[in-house]
Order: sequence, then C-alpha cells, then structure tokens
Amino acid sequence: MTPLQKIQDRFVPLPMENVDTDQIIPARFLKATTREGFGKNLFRDWRYLNDNPDTPKPDFVLNQSQYGGDILVAGKNFGCGSSREHAAWALKDYGFKAVVSSFFADIFKNNALNNGLLPVKVSDAFLAEIFALDNAATLSIDVDKQTITIDSTGATESFEINIYKKTCLLNGYDDIDYLISQKEKIEAFEAQRI
Amino acid sequence: MAKTLFDKIWDKHVVQEITDGPSVLYIDKHFIHEVTSPQAFKGIENRGLPVFRPQQVVATADHNVPTLNQHLPIKDELSRLQVEQLIANCKKHHIELYGLGHPFQGIVHVIGPELGITQPGMTIVCGDSHTSTHGAFGAVAFGIGTSEVEMVFASQCLLQTKPQVMRINIEGELQPGVVSKDIILHIIAQITASGATGYFVEYAGSAIRSLSMEARMTICNMSIEMGARGGMIAPDETTFAYIKGRQFAPGGVQWDKKLSDWKELYSDADAVFDKEIHINAADIQPMITYGTNPGLGMPVNATIPQADSIADEGERKNLTKALQYMGLEGGKPLLGMPIQHVFIGSCTNSRIEDLRLVAGLVKGRKKSERVQVMIVPGSQQVARQVQAEGLDQIFREAGFEIRQAGCSACLGMNEDKIPAGEYCISTSNRNFEGRQGAGARTLLASPLTAAAAAITGVVTDVRTLAPVEA
Ligand code: SF4
Repeated sequence: MTPLQKIQDRFVPLPMENVDTDQIIPARFLKATTREGFGKNLFRDWRYLNDNPDTPKPDFVLNQSQYGGDILVAGKNFGCGSSREHAAWALKDYGFKAVVSSFFADIFKNNALNNGLLPVKVSDAFLAEIFALDNAATLSIDVDKQTITIDSTGATESFEINIYKKTCLLNGYDDIDYLISQKEKIEAFEAQRI
Repeated sequence: MAKTLFDKIWDKHVVQEITDGPSVLYIDKHFIHEVTSPQAFKGIENRGLPVFRPQQVVATADHNVPTLNQHLPIKDELSRLQVEQLIANCKKHHIELYGLGHPFQGIVHVIGPELGITQPGMTIVCGDSHTSTHGAFGAVAFGIGTSEVEMVFASQCLLQTKPQVMRINIEGELQPGVVSKDIILHIIAQITASGATGYFVEYAGSAIRSLSMEARMTICNMSIEMGARGGMIAPDETTFAYIKGRQFAPGGVQWDKKLSDWKELYSDADAVFDKEIHINAADIQPMITYGTNPGLGMPVNATIPQADSIADEGERKNLTKALQYMGLEGGKPLLGMPIQHVFIGSCTNSRIEDLRLVAGLVKGRKKSERVQVMIVPGSQQVARQVQAEGLDQIFREAGFEIRQAGCSACLGMNEDKIPAGEYCISTSNRNFEGRQGAGARTLLASPLTAAAAAITGVVTDVRTLAPVEA
C-alpha cells in the first residue's frame, strides 16, 4: 500500500444519505477476478442513462465538469449494505483518496482503510458547511494530526482514527504483514485450546 | 464479572490485544464464495503464502450460478470464469468445495447451518455481509471484505476492534399471520437502516425463544440491514436439537462435551449492554417496504409516509428520492397495488420451513395470471426436501416456477433479474435501487405476504385472504 499522509484538493459533493455499496458498484460488475478497473463502473447506474457509458446523465456530479478533486463528500451512512470491497476499489480506482461523511457503515470503513482510502467522519454541522462551499473550494486533510480543514475559511475539525490504523496508513503497512508476524502466537493459541 | 453472550465468545478468541489498537481475533470457520475470494487468493499467492488452515475453510458457488440447467456450462462468460477460478483455487489450496453439481451446494448461509458446520460459540466469517445469519446459533459471525478474507487465509485471524453490544428484547406472542421476517422488518423500520451501526446485536425475549432455528436465522440475517456488525441469539434446546445428527455436527463423546460448553453460552443475568431496546411482539404487523433501503418499511395495511411531514431535511430528500424511484406516492396505501413478480428465495427466506409456510398458504390455489412467481430453494438439500414432502407438486399446481439453488434474483448478478420499472414482492433482504436488476422495484416482505400477493396479484394483507373452498 502507498503511504497516505496529507491530502489537499477540491472535492466532489454527493449530498445523499444511505449511499449503499450496490450503488457504488452494482453487482453485475463484480465478476472480475482482479482488484483493478472498477473505477469506470463507479456509481454506474447514477452516472449513465440506459447503462450506456456514451450517454452520461448530465445531472450526476461525476459528469459535471465544475466538480473534481481527490475527495468525495457524501451524506450520512455512506457505504451501507453489501460487504463488497469492490466499492472501496472502485472509489480508489476512480481516483479518490478520501471520503468525507458524517457517518460510515462499519464494513465499508474497514474495507476503505484496508485499501488506503481514508474515511473521514465529521459532524453533521461541518458536513453542511462543506456542502455549502462553492466548487472552487479546497479541503486539507492531515492524517497524522487527524484534522480536516476548509482552506478558505480555516474551519477545522478533528476526526477519529485508531492509532494502529493511523500508523498503517502513514507508513503504507497493511494488516496482513502484522498478522503474519504473529504466527507463533497464533499457533500457541491454537495449541492451548485443544 | 458478568458477561454478555457476545463477550464470552469474543474473549475466548482473542489471541492478542494491541495497545490502543484492535485485537487479533481467532476465526474458527471461514466460508468463501466465488465473488469475494479470487482477489484474496491472488493476494496470498503474490506474497508466496499458503492457506494457513485450509480445513477451517468451506467453499460454495452461489452468487453467480444459474438457477436453470445447472448441469450445463454457465452461459455468461465472466460468471463461468469466476466459478472456474473458485474450483481451481480450492483445488490448489486444499479447500473443501461444495460447487455446482455437489449435493451440498447452495447459498453459503443456508448450507453452513444445515450441514451442522455452524455451531454455538464459534467465530465465523465470510466475505459476505449476511454472515450474520450464523449468529442464530449463538456464534459471533460477521461479514468481511476481501482484504480480510486474505488475512484469514494467511493467518486464520483478523484484526478487529471490539464493537459495542446492543440487546433487543421481544416479549410476548406474535399475532396470526406475523412471522419472523415481520419481526426484523419491524425492528429496522423502528431504528432505521443505520440504527445499529457500531453494535453487535443480541436478540432475546420470549418471542425469540419460541422461534424455530429457521425463523431465528431470518432475523439474524437482516441484522446488517440496520448497520449492525452481526446479530446473535443464545443457543438453547431448539438449537441443540437442530444441530444434533447433522453431517458435521459432533457425535458421541464429543457431542456431550460440546453440549456442556454450549450450555454456558448466555448473557449473565446482570450483564450490562451498551444499549437495550424493548419491543412488544403483539404490536408487530405483517410488514412491507416501500422505499429503497430496508428501513423504509411499514405494516402492510398502513399508508406510505409523506415526505413533507418529515422535519429532517436529509431524511426528507431521501424519502422523496426513494418514492420517485419506486414510482409510489406518499399518503397512499400499498394494499391493492398490482405487482408483476414474486420472488421467494435468498439467504433470508429460502429454507425448508419458509417453503412449507408458502406451500401451506397456496395449497389448492392458483397464482394470479398477471404475476410471475419464482421459488428458489436455498440449497440442493432444501430442493430435495421440497420434493420429498411433495411441496413441488403444490407449487406447480399453483403455477409457481421452481428453480435450482442459488442467490438468484436477490442481487441480479446471474440471469434472474426483474425488468426495469416492474414491481417485485421479494422475500430477500435488500430493496436498494437496482438490486434485483437495473430499474427493478423491490418490496420486501415475509414469505406469507409474498405468497398472498402471488395469489391475488396485488399487495395483500395475508390475514384477509379468504380460506380455500373445500
Ligand atoms: S441470497 Fe442474496 S443476500 Fe444472501 S448471500 Fe446471496 S446475494 Fe447475498
């Protein structure tokens, strides 16, 4: 995994609640056996008319050229539903590095962190402030300091991240490396259970 | 110190705690299927690692499989490749596979319990959110992502932060026509689709105790639809009787030993929960959903809420968008609305008891001409049982189509899809936009409510269905 320390960029607003992983990546696109290439089908059914990439829906944010950036900002309960990690892969593959919301579904949060995609949980009020910004505004996210800042106003909020996960993100480590390093302890645990 | 059921099982599986971090949690059983495992196999192979404990992994093919002509090669090329990859991966890594054509094949959350693999006190994971189903046996069972599947392959462990624990107590007796699916749809409608996020839920109370294992599985299955990591029910005599004698259940001396361990699995009387909810069983009505998340549900004879009556702006927008997608209007009832499809299946309601319930209702009746009815048994074993009991005859006489085992129209990944704009009463667990096919409109309900609609062709309160004339 590539380390993730700071992000400063514009954002794509998606002011919708309960965005489920079936919307992020519909089931019919889960047939690949690799992790790459899901970005082109991100939000497929909201993005295209009649399932046709040649007919983008003009009212969907990913099709609106005034919006862009590495950060997706979405309404509460983002990533609910299916556990498909393909949702995190699709967001990452599309180019997002962080998702900001006032509430994340549990499995999605883990999946995102396991792929170096940062879920930033902010208060409802801060989220509303972000949604009220114009499309040139930028946000700064500092993983080490655990803060998110609206650059134009200087408004800052801190977000939670488990210290262990933070170390992993900052250094680009993943859980598997850690677990493998614990193999002896795991074997000892197994032996004492029998 | 007094412990909850969840704590008892969790604590026994902690290999190590990381200061200010997650715990290394040991996993007893790991179920896998074709959709969320290929990248995990590739991951360990890239690291040059074997599967650490292949005997603790069980595989099946369910999401992608056709439900007609399963003896023929799968027509959809990508689906076929995914299933073939699963076969190759299992062979290479010495994992037991109940694939297409195997007498044990079926939806992963149906076969685990019916084979006796799922047992009380275990930690169970699968790259599938409805792994919560297995909690009905008093196990800590939860869905994981593919990176986590890879972790379990590599180490039989996961790094997990202990969730909070909520208890939902349901006391009293259910009204006639109300079944376990209605209980869980009622709970989710009350606490919303995110109301249990961050929690593991224990279901308790006299109404839960009186349920069969199949009915308990339906409830635990949908725990994820309110955001919970998992759901569980303390094992009791009903649980033990269900497990005894099944294929992989312990036998002989082992059985007695396990049984005495299992009998310790309950929340201590003075255990403290992070949150408790109390529900009176008698208040629960047959339920149906009208929106695009499982929390947007109501009693079948109620009227759809109006968006302008909702104070919270986000929720108002949500409801407006949902009703627009569903082609429904606030303030109107659903009763009497014509539907085009009925789907009876999925890991929520495709077990033998569900199908008996449906057969009991439709016996001697015919489906409405304007609906297509699809019954998809959850496993090959269920399908065989349906035949052995003659239920297939009842279904055929009613004009229902019986398919072969698989996830089918629950997620529109195989050929079974609902056409855009059409309504389907479904016994599955998700009514998300496009879940059953792009543009499909899903109304979630119990097998009884679905069967009643199949007969009348409209949304029906099963309690008002006239008895069959002798
Ligand atoms: S039946 Fe539906 S919910 Fe259950 S495992 Fe299959 S796709 Fe998932």
